[in-house]
Amino acid sequence: MKPYLSIENLTQKFPDGAGGELTVFENATFGVEKGEFVVILGHSGCGKSTIMNILAGLADPTSGVVVMDGQEVKGPSLDRGVVFQNYSLLPWLSTLKNVSFGVAARHPEWTKAQVAEHSTKFLAMVGLEGDVIRRKPSQLSGGMRQRVSIARAFANHPKLLLLDEPFGALDALTRGTIQDELLKIWGQMEQTVFMITHDIDEAILLADRILLMTNGPQARVAESVEITIPRPRNRTEIVEHPNYYAIRNHLVQFLGKRSKELSGQPTEPGQSNKPTTVRIDKTDPQDDPEDKRPALRAVNS
Amino acid sequence: MFTLSLNQRAALLSVVILLVGLLVWEAAIPAQKAVGELTEYEILTGGGQPKAGVPAPSQVLVKAWEQLSDPFYDAGPNDKGIGIQIGYSIYRVLTGYFLAALVAIPLGFLIGMSPVAYKALNPFIQVLRPISPLAWMPLALFIIGDSEASAIFVIFICSIWPMLINTAFGVAGVREDWVNVARTHELGAFKTAFLVILPAAAPTIVTGMRISIGIAWLVIVAAEMLVGGTGIGYYVWNEWNNLDLTSVVFSILMIGVVGMMLDSMFAYLQRRVTYVE
Repeated sequence: MKPYLSIENLTQKFPDGAGGELTVFENATFGVEKGEFVVILGHSGCGKSTIMNILAGLADPTSGVVVMDGQEVKGPSLDRGVVFQNYSLLPWLSTLKNVSFGVAARHPEWTKAQVAEHSTKFLAMVGLEGDVIRRKPSQLSGGMRQRVSIARAFANHPKLLLLDEPFGALDALTRGTIQDELLKIWGQMEQTVFMITHDIDEAILLADRILLMTNGPQARVAESVEITIPRPRNRTEIVEHPNYYAIRNHLVQFLGKRSKELSGQPTEPGQSNKPTTVRIDKTDPQDDPEDKRPALRAVNS
Repeated sequence: MFTLSLNQRAALLSVVILLVGLLVWEAAIPAQKAVGELTEYEILTGGGQPKAGVPAPSQVLVKAWEQLSDPFYDAGPNDKGIGIQIGYSIYRVLTGYFLAALVAIPLGFLIGMSPVAYKALNPFIQVLRPISPLAWMPLALFIIGDSEASAIFVIFICSIWPMLINTAFGVAGVREDWVNVARTHELGAFKTAFLVILPAAAPTIVTGMRISIGIAWLVIVAAEMLVGGTGIGYYVWNEWNNLDLTSVVFSILMIGVVGMMLDSMFAYLQRRVTYVE
């Protein structure tokens, strides 16, 4: 059976400016299940944002298809909400209006009062209440702006929520608070999320599964690492979980070394680049406790 | 000891500059020479009359009071109140200006949205834009035939360019992210234009509109001097022909005051549509 969101043989090529072609990634094939939180990790230039834009319908791939809920993705849609790195709030609208214009687009049949009530509710869910929601985005801090952007996306309850490095421009403390809020709101909504990040700890905290990309050009999604830490997670407690450092070390190794070694291998025609599933679980009784090597089992699916 | 705010100090300085300027002006006007014994011939040729000269500010003030206390009198084609003359000018300016806006803003939108339209229309704009609006006057008079409509056409042609160019520039410069927000919310072309692109480009568009109204008000004086009949430009020229320099100075001041009022209307509009990123 096909996964809820299925990315099949996605290839993106751009002209390289010298008459030739630059392959950003080739035959990328992976899936995301309904309600799953998937994070994609990789170095700059590996095409993460390009994948994100294709999923959002803002860009077209050179070849390959994206199928969501049995339908091919063609062009942008309210079913796929996007939180952009730079918030992308409309500066001439108030905070409330920034959310409600999206809600009104999603539910054209609602009355103004319904739209306002729904928007206010979602702003409250990210901690924005009272006078603040009548302010313009320029009067808010960076963290508050990103909260508005997250509220706007969740308020529309899209089938797929795309987060493009949503915390990249925030300081570490604010980032932590908003990550917690994101986890809370995600837990309530059973939202399918696909997120880009550079931050390994953030990825482990939030994700059900982490997709690892090799360096570009000719990048590919090489591994799919399952995060075997139970929810609800808490940033101070997960570090004590036996799997935390095992997973973290695996990710650091990949980004530091193997992403380079694995990159630049052209694929043969017709071959699809499915990621290798990696499951690291130190709590699994099947694992031999005498085994000193990192508990790592590669399963080809 | 009390201190004045910045605005109060500035206002005080303005008043001082005004008073000093008026005093210097008043003092610089040479007094009329006392008229001695006149021959019969001199009396007949008006030798006893005061000579025409630049009026003193006190004379201008008297004139202004006289004119502004009854601005709308109409005593025939060559003797109308200042209010009527300015009214005609404003009517022509606004008619030509709004016709220009009706063409320039939608066309600017098109040029801003479409690189093809931009490249195709750019050479025409670059050639037509530097033409002095008054250079169109003979052609307008010949083709349109009516001097009133020709004046309006001249206003139209001079105010179209800043609005057109600024609209195109503003629309083309709308941030990609905002357009993407509209796209991911499935806003149609119409809604995207009105809910996202128009407010995003509004500060640039209104700046163009403000430049245009300034140019239109500059041009109407010259245009009315040419076409004659009515209007503040005609009034200035007519008073020059009458050698009534007091009226000339008074109407110059009125042109300034009305121009400032038109500009401050658009300054207000500009403040309304400006946003901080």
